[in-house]
Amino acid sequence: MSNNRVTRRQFLNYTLTGVGGFMAAGMVLPMVRFAIDPVLQTKAEGDFILTSQKVADITEEPVSVNFTFEQVDAWYKSDVTEAAWVYKSGDQIVALSPVCKHLGCTVNWAGDSEHPEQFFCPCHLGRYEKNGQNVAGTPPLGPLDQYEVAEKDGFLMIGKKIPNTFS
Amino acid sequence: MLNKIYDWVDERLDITPIWRDIADHEVPEHVNPAHHFSAFVYCFGGLTFFITVIQVLSGMFLTMYYVPDVENAWKSVYYLQNEVAFGEIVRGMHHWGASLVIVMMFLHTLRVFFTGSYKKPRELNWIVGVGIFGVMLGLGFTGYLLPWDMKALFATKVGIEIAASVPFIGEMIKVLLAGDAEILGAATLTRFFAIHVFFLPAVLFALLAAHFIMIRRQGISGPL
Ligand code: HEM
Ligand code: FES
Repeated sequence: MSNNRVTRRQFLNYTLTGVGGFMAAGMVLPMVRFAIDPVLQTKAEGDFILTSQKVADITEEPVSVNFTFEQVDAWYKSDVTEAAWVYKSGDQIVALSPVCKHLGCTVNWAGDSEHPEQFFCPCHLGRYEKNGQNVAGTPPLGPLDQYEVAEKDGFLMIGKKIPNTFS
Repeated sequence: MLNKIYDWVDERLDITPIWRDIADHEVPEHVNPAHHFSAFVYCFGGLTFFITVIQVLSGMFLTMYYVPDVENAWKSVYYLQNEVAFGEIVRGMHHWGASLVIVMMFLHTLRVFFTGSYKKPRELNWIVGVGIFGVMLGLGFTGYLLPWDMKALFATKVGIEIAASVPFIGEMIKVLLAGDAEILGAATLTRFFAIHVFFLPAVLFALLAAHFIMIRRQGISGPL
């Protein structure tokens, strides 16, 4: 046999490794796809949710408005209540997410007595302007998210969470 | 590339003798189906192990979605089967594998019996094999309850009543299995789950290790 011919031993090695690998992959791949499924799931959200906040009562002073929706968490359905900071800026209604853009704590309006005109996060002393813009030099790296808003029969409706457009 | 990595490690740790000792031995002619086709009966032990590996792997992946709770067990199984990609396949592997592993184990036992391989010096391995058989039946029994549907519930009721018919200690075994004197419920499901995924697999691995070490030491039994 010449040097560069495939030997019987090599041939068997390659074919058996190939077939064996193919079978092992057929066994393992479904399980891997099964395990990584949450990463590949896309969720549709964005229905407007009615709140009990009268639009006429909204002032320039941010107030916390609750909204409740049915959350589908895999096989577990439950009613979840979240909140938004809501105020009027001119005629425009602003609804900001209270979730801190540093590490996700909850921010309060005027939570720090030294900065009564700002949102304050107690976890690592993060601060935001009224429009949600993060104050440079405090831990948060971006502005607070905002909610789409609508009105129905005089009451406020809260919609999808979107990146801040006011700052 | 792989060869280079292997050589690098081998040069430092001399790993070749380790795997040679495990893998490099001749398959005797009388157990090689290429020589005598009827020798395929010697494959049943390996096939049982192969399916056991599938059970362990698919079971590990199922526990990513399964919860052992009376409110949610059925819903989580429904969800993982119908909403998660390849859920039907992964659950199917575990579901059908559970039956197939018993079939293979039984065929393997028949082979050992009819070739007389249990005789001296291999008595101990037969005893360990009986232990594996019991553990496998235990895995099948405890796993059957986990989907928490009507079939699971009533099969387990019957199984526990059978255990309760043991003279003198039957009632104790029943309470021990069900976790409650009357109810087959929340406590039963959690202990069956714990037994199914932790206790029995641990015993199974120990027994399988003993089984394989003994085979390696004694070699396969001679031709008939
Ligand atoms: C470490 C190994 C194992 C783990 C982690 C495991 C895990 C699980 C889980 C989470 C379930 C519930 C999901 C379902 O019902 O589809 C289940 C069900 C089941 N398991 Fe296992 N299992 C293992 C080994 C075994 C073995 C070796 C057998 C058989 C001898 C077995 C037999 C069963 C049965 C019969 C069911 C019910 C299947 C059904 O009706 O869908 N399991 N197992
Ligand atoms: S989480 Fe808000 S400042 Fe760190």
